[in-house]
Amino acid sequence: MTQPTRPLNLVVVSAGLGVPSSSRLLADRITESVRRELAGTGREVRVRVVELRDLAVAIANNLVTGFPAPALADAVEAVTGADGLITVTPVFTASYSGLFKSFFDLIEPDALTGKPVLIAATGGTARHSLVLEHALRPLFAYLRALVLPTAVYAASEDWGGTGDSMTATLPDRISRAGRELAALMGAQVADEPRRATATADLFA
Amino acid sequence: MQFGIFTVGDVTPDPTTGRTPSEHERIKATVAVARKAEEVGLDVFATGEHHNPPFVPSSPTTLLGHVAALTERITLSTSTTLITTNDPVKIAEDYAYLQHIADGRVDLMMGRGNTGPVYPWFGQDIRQGIALAVENYALLHRLWREDVVDWEGKFRTPLQGFTATPRPLDGVPPFVWHGSIRSPEIAEQAAYYGDGFFHNNIFWPMSHTQRMVELYRQRYAHHGHGAPEQAIVGLGGQVFMRANSQDAVREFRPYFDNAPVYGHGPSLEDFTEQTPLTVGSPQQVIERTLGFRDAVGDYQRQLFLMDHAGLPLKTVLEQLDILGEQVVPVLREEFAKLRPAGVPEAAPLHPAVLRQDSDHSTKETS
Repeated sequence: MTQPTRPLNLVVVSAGLGVPSSSRLLADRITESVRRELAGTGREVRVRVVELRDLAVAIANNLVTGFPAPALADAVEAVTGADGLITVTPVFTASYSGLFKSFFDLIEPDALTGKPVLIAATGGTARHSLVLEHALRPLFAYLRALVLPTAVYAASEDWGGTGDSMTATLPDRISRAGRELAALMGAQVADEPRRATATADLFA
Repeated sequence: MQFGIFTVGDVTPDPTTGRTPSEHERIKATVAVARKAEEVGLDVFATGEHHNPPFVPSSPTTLLGHVAALTERITLSTSTTLITTNDPVKIAEDYAYLQHIADGRVDLMMGRGNTGPVYPWFGQDIRQGIALAVENYALLHRLWREDVVDWEGKFRTPLQGFTATPRPLDGVPPFVWHGSIRSPEIAEQAAYYGDGFFHNNIFWPMSHTQRMVELYRQRYAHHGHGAPEQAIVGLGGQVFMRANSQDAVREFRPYFDNAPVYGHGPSLEDFTEQTPLTVGSPQQVIERTLGFRDAVGDYQRQLFLMDHAGLPLKTVLEQLDILGEQVVPVLREEFAKLRPAGVPEAAPLHPAVLRQDSDHSTKETS
């Protein structure tokens, strides 16, 4: 059987605000993990990183005007056209950041249906790690995305030692999540472009 | 080609003075704007329909009937008539009556409105918005064309042996446009009936307007009403003009920055680049408007939004003078030169209007 030859598009959405940000740092580590896993399949992987900080004003303007400026339209198109998505947000006030949510508020409700999504978050303390489960996972479940079983949380301490000795280390979790995403991306059948809803039958 | 204005009827504080006109002042100003539109030689005055503050035009046929009495030539229209939450029976009767009052100088534009709560306030469900537009218009279309209607549908109580009264003037219903910013179903509806399609063309990039109009043209031809380029297309537009473009930008900026719909968002510069808004000299407006033709092909009606965002009446009347004296005459000539034979020049006028026009020209030449 011949492998499909179209390159796989991996899109990374990072909502970190610092430059550099720990969210981007985590995003890059996860991206490398996915790339490593896919290297064995012979499929070319194209990575596109969307830094929401650069689109912050455009996102606010879209909320006000109802249409995206060109750079934002391009980012939304990349996200909705991706074979796999990595999303990383800092934890703000017990949830994803407002910027992160505002970006996904601009995505059409059915545009992520069936898309493999790896969710990840960063925070100052491991006590916020369940934000992934009570905020991000329901968000993408609503969008009917295929959210991976492993969600990656990086607390400040994870960037130093092994973190909690009773759980897997950050590198272990990154590898596991990367394997899951790579497996799903490789398994995705190339979709036909989504067709506009047929309207003619309204008047049939 | 027909040129005109459409009003939203917003009561908005003037951001440069902080003063908010009363509803009474706003309504009287709307009448003054409509009269001015005829005075400066425009072809169409259209009013929106809203049922919530800060908007006043809840009763379009009252306004248009009054304007009909104060004018002689201008076409009275809507932008839009809510086909979703108004009873189609009442629309049929109100606008047929208005046709008689105005001697045929009436057409109207169907729309679904932009305010969610209007649906429950008028006993409807917004999730049925498209279905309401489809069913209600199908009934309206019959009420104007069949003297006695038996009808049953999902959204309204059935009718048996019903005659909408008065009958349309000379048996010819008003021409209908269907307005929609983003619903392909409405472009399809306009195409199905061979009616006009109007794109508001104010808030979104031109590329979006272009796709909707293209869909409508293709479907118009599919339904056998003519070639795609013969479909009846109308566009909105938004301009602010001064002889010197820097003066226009300086004067309009506070109104833009505080405008009800898009204010406190993108800069005036970004918005004029990304949408059809033009703030500048009359020549810039002429060039931009001619550019609409490049995007959607030869079209039949251009309406401008002029009286909004708290602009004082005096300024709006000045804008209409500039529009009527310096912009529209040039656009008429340029569009006419570019339009190929076989493409309609304008949306159909009522036979009573055409008769009156030929009477006038006979008198003028005799």
